[in-house]
Amino acid sequence: MSESPAIEVVGVTKRFGDVVALDGVDLTVKAGTVYGLLGPNGAGKTTTVRILTTIIKPDTGSARVLGLDVVQQADKVRANIGLAGQYAAVDERLTGRENLRLVGRLTHQPKPVIEQRSTELLELFRLDRAADRVVQTYSGGMRRRLDLAASLVHRPPVLFLDEPTTGLDPRSRNDLWDLIRKLVADGTTLLLTTQYLEEADQLAERIAVVDSGHVIAEGTSAELKSRLGATVLEIAFPDAASAHAALATVQTIAPSAQVEGTDIRATVDHGPRIAMEVLRSLDAAGIEVGGLALREPSLDDVFLSLTGHKAEEVQETEEDDDVESDGHAGRRKGRTRQPVTTSTGGPP
Amino acid sequence: MTAATTTGVTVPAPVDPADVSKLALAMSDTAALTKRNLLHYVRVPELLVFTFIQPIMFVLLFRYVFGGSIPTPGVHYVDYLMPGVFGQTVVFGAVSTGIGLAEDMHLGIIERFRSLPMSRMAVLAGRTAADLIRNTGVVLVMLAVGMAVGFRPHGGLVGVVAGSLLMLGFAFTLSWIFANVGLKAANGEAAQAVSFPILFPLTFASSAFVPVNSMPGWLQVFAAHQPVTVIINASRGLMLGSTDAGKLRHFGVLTTSTTSYVLQSLAWIVILLAIFVPLAVRRFNQES
Repeated sequence: MSESPAIEVVGVTKRFGDVVALDGVDLTVKAGTVYGLLGPNGAGKTTTVRILTTIIKPDTGSARVLGLDVVQQADKVRANIGLAGQYAAVDERLTGRENLRLVGRLTHQPKPVIEQRSTELLELFRLDRAADRVVQTYSGGMRRRLDLAASLVHRPPVLFLDEPTTGLDPRSRNDLWDLIRKLVADGTTLLLTTQYLEEADQLAERIAVVDSGHVIAEGTSAELKSRLGATVLEIAFPDAASAHAALATVQTIAPSAQVEGTDIRATVDHGPRIAMEVLRSLDAAGIEVGGLALREPSLDDVFLSLTGHKAEEVQETEEDDDVESDGHAGRRKGRTRQPVTTSTGGPP
Repeated sequence: MTAATTTGVTVPAPVDPADVSKLALAMSDTAALTKRNLLHYVRVPELLVFTFIQPIMFVLLFRYVFGGSIPTPGVHYVDYLMPGVFGQTVVFGAVSTGIGLAEDMHLGIIERFRSLPMSRMAVLAGRTAADLIRNTGVVLVMLAVGMAVGFRPHGGLVGVVAGSLLMLGFAFTLSWIFANVGLKAANGEAAQAVSFPILFPLTFASSAFVPVNSMPGWLQVFAAHQPVTVIINASRGLMLGSTDAGKLRHFGVLTTSTTSYVLQSLAWIVILLAIFVPLAVRRFNQES
């Protein structure tokens, strides 16, 4: 079993009317690993998950979970997967415990196993005190935790999490990340979709970047980042005019330099040395520098270079205000400038 | 609270569900969802109260307000009325199957159900089964209310039980018909809006509250032969007993024998189920 992939998607396409949701997706996920599908809304992440979880059928191509065809052997696939998503799929009018019992029965577990497993999961997800309250009274974070718990009642070897933290506040999100890390520590294969670059970076061993129904890049987080050069150099100026004035000088040392607002940004191979050279020549030219930072490229940078548009441009169409503000908070944190000495990834 | 022990996943080898009988699993899935749907009624008691209050209002309305001016030759109006109110109640009640399904279809939980190794039919069967149980409760309460306002069925216990069972069979059939409406509707309100224009003529242009032979001739053609009249008359014949049924037939209120009404009713039930169960199942499997 360890030889064959846990999830294998080959040339899958799916249309909804005139809209092409998937335009030939290929994926291979090794058993026991965490795989991230990263992309903006409408990229095709959810459609991919819905096909893999047998909810919808692909138009062409094939998809297998544990070697089982999702169309021909849908019943067997269903017995081996768990699904939790951005829209907590729990019953509002039932209690937390009743929700877990329902899933237990529908996955055909013996009664004592259901009882034991429900209690176990409610404790693990810190829902034990709310276990006998109806879900209507739960907070957003509690619903997500219950949803995740419900996907685990039958101990599926393959788990699908469709944007598990979208819309959660940062604390609940970190909470859920910890739970997810614990879950996969014991060998569950996890396919995770997210529009949060940081989330994929934090949780997934390999990442596929999805845009407009295509996988546009695939690899480990480090591999994706290395496509950009080792380090990102950012120089802040008092205003856009002085940034433009300085660009030519910076480009003689770092050719990839570009103006972004009042900043110049460049990806470089030898961060500290280039930074020093840039500062010397700017000083020599009498150009005032507001600040300078060296940092590892974020997946934001990766996304920008792969798609030509920023991930957040698409995210801003998100309906849910909470989602948007959370997303921004997360990204801002990721971009905070740090002193040269602590953020440099390259050799001294 | 340590995670490693509690989330332990077994060997990632496919579990084969084929060795357990498919039918037994389907029954168990249906039972689980029936319970879930009944719990909804318990959790929203207003819904349940309305289910019972409305038919009681109809009994009181027709028994005491309109009943005095509706002649039913040969029998007391309250005896004529009660089987009619049963019919009206189950017809109206069937709408809630559609509403419930329409609401379910737009909840995330349906996505979860579709990803579980459960019977595809259980969502529908669990809904119609829960409504059958609810209808049984309604019929029992109605019988008690009927007795309280003077309903004295001469068909005896056997007649009353048989008449009620026939009515419940029809209620179950209607649930499947309106399941189709619910699967198509955008939401619960839409399901309700679509249903009432169908239900109104079926309920009121029937033998439920007034004898069909008191209606204008053109309407009688429809009213005498449509399924709601057939079911109500079958149930009426069984509950009131052969003597009263004979009197009603003598005055042209009933146009055929109880046996014939019962056979026609069974035929309607079988035919409608044969059409609408597969239709609903197909529709459910297509929705995505």
